[in-house]
Amino acid sequence: MSYPEKYHYAKSHEWLALDGDTAIIGITDYAQGSLGDIVFVELPKVGAEIAAGATFGSVESVKAVSDLYAPIGGTVTEVNTALNDAPETINAAANDTWIIKLAVKDATLDGLLTAADYEKFVAEETGH
Amino acid sequence: MRYLPKSPADREAMLAEIGVPTIESLFETIPAEYRLTADLKIPRQHSESEILDRFRAFAGNVASGDAAELATRPAAKPYASFLGAGAYRHYRPVIIDSLVQRGEFLTSYTPYQPEIAQGTLQAMFEFQTMICELTGMEIANASMYDGSTGAAEAILMACRVTDRLGAVIARTVHPEYREVIATVTQHQEIPLSEVGYVPATGRVDLAALEAAITEETACVLIQSPNFFGTIEDVAAVAEIAHKKGALLIVSIAEAVSLGIVKAPVEADIVSLEAQSFGVAVGFGGPYCGVIACKEKFLRQMPGRLVGETKDMNSKRGFVLTLSTREQHIRREKATSNICTNQALVAMMVTIYMTVYGKQGLRELAEQNLAKAAYLRAALVGAGAKTQFDGTARFHEFVLHGTESAERLNEALLAKQIIGGLALAKWYPELGESATLWCATELTTKVQMDAAAGVVATCLEHELVGAK
Repeated sequence: MSYPEKYHYAKSHEWLALDGDTAIIGITDYAQGSLGDIVFVELPKVGAEIAAGATFGSVESVKAVSDLYAPIGGTVTEVNTALNDAPETINAAANDTWIIKLAVKDATLDGLLTAADYEKFVAEETGH
Repeated sequence: MRYLPKSPADREAMLAEIGVPTIESLFETIPAEYRLTADLKIPRQHSESEILDRFRAFAGNVASGDAAELATRPAAKPYASFLGAGAYRHYRPVIIDSLVQRGEFLTSYTPYQPEIAQGTLQAMFEFQTMICELTGMEIANASMYDGSTGAAEAILMACRVTDRLGAVIARTVHPEYREVIATVTQHQEIPLSEVGYVPATGRVDLAALEAAITEETACVLIQSPNFFGTIEDVAAVAEIAHKKGALLIVSIAEAVSLGIVKAPVEADIVSLEAQSFGVAVGFGGPYCGVIACKEKFLRQMPGRLVGETKDMNSKRGFVLTLSTREQHIRREKATSNICTNQALVAMMVTIYMTVYGKQGLRELAEQNLAKAAYLRAALVGAGAKTQFDGTARFHEFVLHGTESAERLNEALLAKQIIGGLALAKWYPELGESATLWCATELTTKVQMDAAAGVVATCLEHELVGAK
């Protein structure tokens, strides 16, 4: 499991990278490992307004369907349509596979964790 | 026990192999005068329903016992029914009940650990395959509660697919289906609008339909054959719906119609009531709803879906697929909530479709059409009038007999005949005299002639009364 330092982490297991006013969002290595083989990613529409903490889609693995939560609010500017044909990319490289990009108005990152804190949080959650 | 008949070609080949010209020559060692030259005197073969009738008659004789006692009892003559309207009387082959009553099928609940029950999964897979072939769709689920809840689920599904909220429904869709849809959608804030029919044809009004579809309309719902028995122009409706980005849902209440009516291939979703396929008409249920659709809507489809796969030894096997979206995993976010052993009812339908087969279903549909045509002619001959003439229909039609449908039905009931369904409750514009009549392969000529006789008498009285 690896958690890049440059990312911010949500307790709902999404990572977020800020590039100016754009937030790039994916799911963490821990999340992909827990879900198992991902077979489908449900993406939002470009232009959709998403509030911080709201669901913006879902990932379906052979075990379960899990909602995706926005770590920050914004307007969807881009969705990773490559996931329609190759959702397993997330299993192969969760840290390098973004799911959506948001245009952010207010880039306050309240409640998000650093890589080290997220790793600690995961360890507590799983009891390891 | 298996019976493997040999074809004439097989016989020829076998005779050639042993060097004998004819089968008869195999018996030459028996002197000619001792050989049977005429056919055996055995009765001709009987169909399953003929055998049932025969044994019921035998049973009646046995049960009667004391002839004197029997004479004091009124004869138990069964009622003749001309009701249809979403619940159809069709012959149920006896094999259905003998197979579904096997413990493996009868007592198994909805499969939560499905892969250990390969037999159940295979039956469901075959159900889905046959439904796809019948409806012209690419995938089908197994199954929904009934045609009405299936239609409601199809509307919810269309809203998820299109990301729109709203449905335009033809008034020629079964009125009770429309009531169920209103109940299901009311708390989801899905606006519904209804579109009327053309008075001359009894088909949905296409101009009004086009006007009713907005940017927010997720889907158009029609029924074909519709509630009046008339066949809708599915292709025309599909074109109108698709032009405005809405999906077309076609509801089919009478599955037997698929034996002869063109499959609604232009639809995006087909919602079918499969009760006609081997499920008894019984106080409203259990029935068998099905949703079939284009494959691209797979992930938005509610209900169970069985998929074919290969096991670790590359042998053919079946899995319950996409169940991650069902209620036992996704709880309140599930795409459906299909409980109880609905799969058992789907099993009856599977057996029925297997027994009839493609050709059998076609012949069955033709018989239904022929019976309905005879009934219609008999009732018109008795002085009644039919409505929406000239439009293609299956085995139901709207009839105007006496001024009050209620009075006519009372007169029929006195003769142990259940007449057509009075329509004024849902379609007041058709008047108090309008009734919906249905004939199936089980309707007999004697019953139809008797009904026509009562109608003729009632109309004569009315005429005399008016003078």
